[in-house]
Amino acid sequence: MSDIKLPIYLDYSATTPIDPRVAAKMSEYLTIEGNFGNPASRSHEFGWVAEEAVDLARQQVADLVNADPREIIWTSGATEADNLAIKGAAHFYKKKGNHIITMKTEHKAVLDTCRQLEREGFEVTYLDPEENGLLDLEKLKAATTDQTIMISVMHVNNEIGVIQDIEAIGEFARERGIIFHVDAAQSTGKVEIDLERLKVDLMSFSAHKTYGPKGIGALYVRRKPRVRLEAQMHGGGHERGMRSGTLATHQIVGMGEAFRIAQEEMATENERIRMLRDRLYNGLNDMEEVYVNGDIEHRIAGNLNISFNFVEGESLIMALRDLAVSSGSACTSASLEPSYVLRALGRNDELAHSSIRFTIGRFTTAEEIDYAVVLVRAAVEKLRDLSPLWDMYKDGIDLNSVEWVAH
Amino acid sequence: MAYSEKVLDHYENPRNVGVLEDDDSVGTGMVGAPACGDVMKLQIKVSDAGIIEDAKFKTYGCGSAIASSSLVTEWVKGKSLDEAAEIKNTHIAEELALPPVKIHCSVLAEDAIAAAIDNYRSKKQ
Repeated sequence: MSDIKLPIYLDYSATTPIDPRVAAKMSEYLTIEGNFGNPASRSHEFGWVAEEAVDLARQQVADLVNADPREIIWTSGATEADNLAIKGAAHFYKKKGNHIITMKTEHKAVLDTCRQLEREGFEVTYLDPEENGLLDLEKLKAATTDQTIMISVMHVNNEIGVIQDIEAIGEFARERGIIFHVDAAQSTGKVEIDLERLKVDLMSFSAHKTYGPKGIGALYVRRKPRVRLEAQMHGGGHERGMRSGTLATHQIVGMGEAFRIAQEEMATENERIRMLRDRLYNGLNDMEEVYVNGDIEHRIAGNLNISFNFVEGESLIMALRDLAVSSGSACTSASLEPSYVLRALGRNDELAHSSIRFTIGRFTTAEEIDYAVVLVRAAVEKLRDLSPLWDMYKDGIDLNSVEWVAH
Repeated sequence: MAYSEKVLDHYENPRNVGVLEDDDSVGTGMVGAPACGDVMKLQIKVSDAGIIEDAKFKTYGCGSAIASSSLVTEWVKGKSLDEAAEIKNTHIAEELALPPVKIHCSVLAEDAIAAAIDNYRSKKQ
């Protein structure tokens, strides 16, 4: 264990390191020795070479999701892609209706965009997930009205890693003539995506969750049947007028290379990561009062979101300083805010407060997982020895029956 | 978030963790709520002369909450009940260099002392 470098990075859903192969490609597109040209320059070699590089990357991104490269629009990341998709389609189709359906467990990039549309006069339904984090299609159907113009449901949840059945949702949306947007920031390279088969109209992508650089993403905009958007960024008319702004060649090349590698290595990589995740899970699962958040089957290989009852999350994170993990409660404010995703699953405050998200990725090793297991077990044990709630639980006291002196 | 050295010290090596055998000489205070993210249990053992001879705590909460309660067990020992009641949250916050968002931890520790004293006195009546 002595050669383990601390802290151990187990936060791959927050961001991934750039794969060295990606970084090498990107560095060819920066300096005077490299291809630094503006892909929009049509009058000289520098522009042509850059444009070729962008075209190749566009093909690589399209290939991973089985789309046509003409359906890929570069953006600054998944947040911008979500904004462009949801605002762009809502604005374009507002004459058809004013109702949008999404879920309470979506990323803030979707939720906040929907809030903005509410301020503009749209109506938004935020559906609750089931206890396992998944959407009940019947509830979606029941929420749909003749005013519904768009459904936005994420493919893979960033906190609990559950995979929504976007195939079934797509079938329903298409049948009803409703635009279907999917935030796929967390799913590329982790779940197979076939946009020829899936009836998805708009899909948001991010590079930096898939070993590419930060600051670049893309929006898939279906051509057949054609989906129209109102541009949110105006200027030189890049990306067929849907998103103006000089293309960041090095970022785009990086995203292309990252997605190419993802397509090539996804199958073997997923198997390895799942093995590590199960190793972590099995190392912790035999402790008392441990709960996995979100469905364990319909879930990406690299995610384990787990609550340690009667242990407070911030003190647990403090004890786990040698692990880079994220907590289900945001402890920077005076009032502890438990994760809205875990709350939407119906988890009580205590369990939401005591949750830790481990996300495993390309560079995680078995030794790191074994080390993490030892650390987590020791930390939970120590904090439970300190916890009056643990004593009460052990004495058989129902904590819900206690009258707490809230402050 | 950066913690002060004193918070880290109390968190790594908490003083007086445990439970006192409950009898007439012991006062127990439990404050906070699990839903708020912190619960403190403070116990004091009081001599016939009215001096706090021993103190124990258990805390569910963040590092600052654990440190606040650990510190308080050190401070109350050897004090009379009236002296212990003089310990204010500002003293605790200052000693541990708590940032503004963690002041509520020191408030909770002050409340825990008051609750333990109340509990002891109610037993004596």
